[in-house]
Amino acid sequence: MSIRHSLLALLSEGPKYGFQLRQEFETSTGEVWPLNVGQVYTTLQRLERDGLAQSDDVEEDERQKNYRITPEGGEELSQWLRTPPDLSEPPRDELVIKVLVASRLPDVDVYDVIQVHRRYIVQLMQQWTRMKEDESHFDLAFALAVDAELYRLDSVIRWLDSADGRLRRAATEPAPEIESHVALPSIRRRNGAHR
Amino acid sequence: MSMLELRHVSKSYGEGANEVDAISDIDLSVERGSLVAIMGPSGSGKSTLLTIAGSLEEPTTGEVSIDGVRLSGMSRNDKARLRRRSVGYVFQDFNLLAGLTAVENVSLPLELDGTSMKKARTKGLAALEGLGLGDRAENYPDQLSGGERQRVAIARAVVGDRSLLLADEPSGALDSVNGEAVMRMILAACHGGVAAVVVTHDAKLASWADRVVFLRDGRAVDETLPPPTPEELLNPNTANPA
Repeated sequence: MSIRHSLLALLSEGPKYGFQLRQEFETSTGEVWPLNVGQVYTTLQRLERDGLAQSDDVEEDERQKNYRITPEGGEELSQWLRTPPDLSEPPRDELVIKVLVASRLPDVDVYDVIQVHRRYIVQLMQQWTRMKEDESHFDLAFALAVDAELYRLDSVIRWLDSADGRLRRAATEPAPEIESHVALPSIRRRNGAHR
Repeated sequence: MSMLELRHVSKSYGEGANEVDAISDIDLSVERGSLVAIMGPSGSGKSTLLTIAGSLEEPTTGEVSIDGVRLSGMSRNDKARLRRRSVGYVFQDFNLLAGLTAVENVSLPLELDGTSMKKARTKGLAALEGLGLGDRAENYPDQLSGGERQRVAIARAVVGDRSLLLADEPSGALDSVNGEAVMRMILAACHGGVAAVVVTHDAKLASWADRVVFLRDGRAVDETLPPPTPEELLNPNTANPA
């Protein structure tokens, strides 16, 4: 979560005091993403240093200063919103690694391993869904953030289901014989770094 | 006492070498007011389990009880009466009758059970109003959106104080917002005292349930732990011992 851009977004709504920014920042994101509210004031100082925000400079205390966004700050915010995050590299996923390892070990029941993780993730999803049940009617931002988490967890369940099915198929079907003269497609070349 | 109770329920199709076990040795209890989801891949026996729970099919072995009444000793007519009075079904494709209006679809099961047309209609309208469809009561299914059709199907399933709601992939082809609305309605029915079983392959839908049972090759292989209390939710260190 970018504190810098979240603060610019809050300032784009209109001038605000330091304590007000801290409070709004906390309520807008804190329920879903853990955050360090202590960074709010240092980030405000940096925004001012970089010309992206201005304060009235009357007050010494950061909490009492009134901040406004500059045109450069508006441009920075607009650029940030439209810049896609870097998703080109697959993350090193601990769960994927565990299932891959389990699938190779003769004494481990990989389906049991998959089920342990599936159950845990469904339980997490139940917790998130319960929060949405109570909150979503009056807090749209919260419901959107909870949905994002539910979709992320759901994609893990789908991968586990797919891995389960693929491993079962592989266990019943003999591995295809690969003739040595057939050139294997280069997965690395096809799926590798595009950047 | 559980609203729905399955004890060592198995169902096989075919004979001899061709015999296939659709479900094997299933135990399941669903209390009034609770929502249980059955999750599993295609062919895991989810739908068979649901049709047996709703007395639409007989188990090969084992016992099913609805509201404390064992189904095994009942005549066909008694079972049909029990289904009409106590059990509501919601299907993936809604199964509304195209030639009947929304309220006629909802009140039909009551009329079949001997309720007068006028009384059935009043109850049907109340069920539709409860789901925000009072102003669509006279519309035919083809005049309703997918989400509205599914709401009519849920109204039909809960009309007349039925106490067991069985749903097979109830969000069907609905988009995620309407799918969520369907689960909220089923949950609301549960809060009103209905026991509900939803079978689905979709974890997002299953996560609305109090308990999720995982089915694999016809067997219940696992289930989620009881939901954490509000105190546990506020203190992440105690939540989710898994």
